[in-house]
Amino acid sequence: MSRRLDGGEQGSGGAGLAGAGAGSGALLRLEELDVRHGLLQAVRNVSLEVAEGETLALVGANGAGKSTLLRAIAGAHRPAAGRIVFDGREITAMAAHRRVKTGIVLVPEGRRLFPNLTVEENLRVARASGRGGSWSLNEVFEAFPLIEPLRRKRAASLSGGEQQATAIGRALMTNPRLLLLDEVSLGLAPIAVEGVYRSLRRLIEGGTTIVLVEQDLARAMSVADRIACMLEGRIVLEGARGELTREQVTDAYFGLRRQEATA
Amino acid sequence: MSWVADVVHGILLGGFYALLASGLALMFGVMRIINLAHGSLALIGAYMALLLTEHLHISTYLALAPVLPGALVVGYLLQRTMLERSLRAGQLVPLLTTFGLLIVIANLLQQFFSPDVHSLDAGRIGPASWHVSSTLSIPWFDVLTLAIAFTVLGGLQLVLRFTQLGRELRATAEDPDTAELVGVNARAVYARATAIAVAIAALAGVFYGMRSAFDPNAGANELLYAFEAVVIGGIGSLWGTLGGGIVLGVSQELGAQINQEYFALAGHVVFLAVLVARSAAQAPRIRYTLRRFA
Repeated sequence: MSRRLDGGEQGSGGAGLAGAGAGSGALLRLEELDVRHGLLQAVRNVSLEVAEGETLALVGANGAGKSTLLRAIAGAHRPAAGRIVFDGREITAMAAHRRVKTGIVLVPEGRRLFPNLTVEENLRVARASGRGGSWSLNEVFEAFPLIEPLRRKRAASLSGGEQQATAIGRALMTNPRLLLLDEVSLGLAPIAVEGVYRSLRRLIEGGTTIVLVEQDLARAMSVADRIACMLEGRIVLEGARGELTREQVTDAYFGLRRQEATA
Repeated sequence: MSWVADVVHGILLGGFYALLASGLALMFGVMRIINLAHGSLALIGAYMALLLTEHLHISTYLALAPVLPGALVVGYLLQRTMLERSLRAGQLVPLLTTFGLLIVIANLLQQFFSPDVHSLDAGRIGPASWHVSSTLSIPWFDVLTLAIAFTVLGGLQLVLRFTQLGRELRATAEDPDTAELVGVNARAVYARATAIAVAIAALAGVFYGMRSAFDPNAGANELLYAFEAVVIGGIGSLWGTLGGGIVLGVSQELGAQINQEYFALAGHVVFLAVLVARSAAQAPRIRYTLRRFA
């Protein structure tokens, strides 16, 4: 891909955006994205925009393609077709570690800490991108006070909630502009989920742009500005929190309004 | 009293094995790449030093100054051009790749340097030794080798533990995909680690050339001892490699004390005993079965 081509597309993309855009112009824009796992097409023709400072929740049943979509944005899967544009720059073919440098970071499903590194080392590894910003070791420990006393412990010895806090803290160490959260409450005790979401609210209030995948519909609707519901790889319903009723989302979730929505 | 001398000489010999094994321990223990060409890469270091000393008439120690940076470059390119692709095809493929490399290197060295044996000049400390008693003398050169092995392994340990490269390397070794997702350029980190490993191999190769005569096929033999040192010491543990080298060296010297021909055999026996003991400790079911039949 030549730089010239990117530049040209940026210009025309920007112009086309004005009509469809969400006000101030999108931080992240997906254009007709297809992602495959071998023969399985996990994400089909998804177009989506996320504005700076916005929180978008992706909801949908298991296997709807939510995680795959997040992983494609983070660079863990290469899309089969379509484009990913971040901050006006096409990143569709960019390697995952370089996306971190531009400000995208994923907290993967299942936390995926480095088990034999200590909590502090897990956090410090994420300084690899060298992105400057307000998040450092001290800020992360301030935001997640429960992991500070554990900083010298191996990550494998932590409880689920502590691991999740470390995983989010590790992502924050990259000073992201866009934080992608994949099922952060999965497998956690209710009280740990509460703690994680309390920290998330502070991030949202601080202006971090977030796309999160959440199984718990009520929680998704309480934390997000906008909800997008996925079914069989497509986005079948999308709208601001106030515009959508719980019934509409549940119907889309189970595919009851499928023909209408995809028409 | 002669067994005291054997133990001392075994420890010193172990220092050489540890030096030879430390690059291997980094790649095998930390990166999970089994580099069968490690001994051959060490030999290339020895031959490069030979070229420099013969043509420029400089001391072998001075020849290290260009050889080590050259080895860093070779290691970096080796990872980027060959090992990286092999790794993507599965854990066993680098084994085949580096086995092929071992053969190619041996043949190339034979082509350019003839199958004759060569050796490197160890300078003034080469023949010097410290006579402790009538039966025990300690060669300075062996002490220097042990000290360098200690420094290299200690340095590696410090790099792995306390530097950003070390953290990134350990993280990548545990989970390369996740490392990428938090901003680590996994390929570059591996290439830098292989560069370090090959430079250490070249250093060990030059020391090998100073302590004994070498020919283009010596790589495979030396590799075997290095492997045994890594495995005895425990895979993934750098200090263990030093211990493993010393255990190997001491058992060889003691074996040779019983009969000159038992030198290599004693080392292999200890190596096998450690392997058996460790797998028995890791598999309680096997231990249980063994006890039932015992």
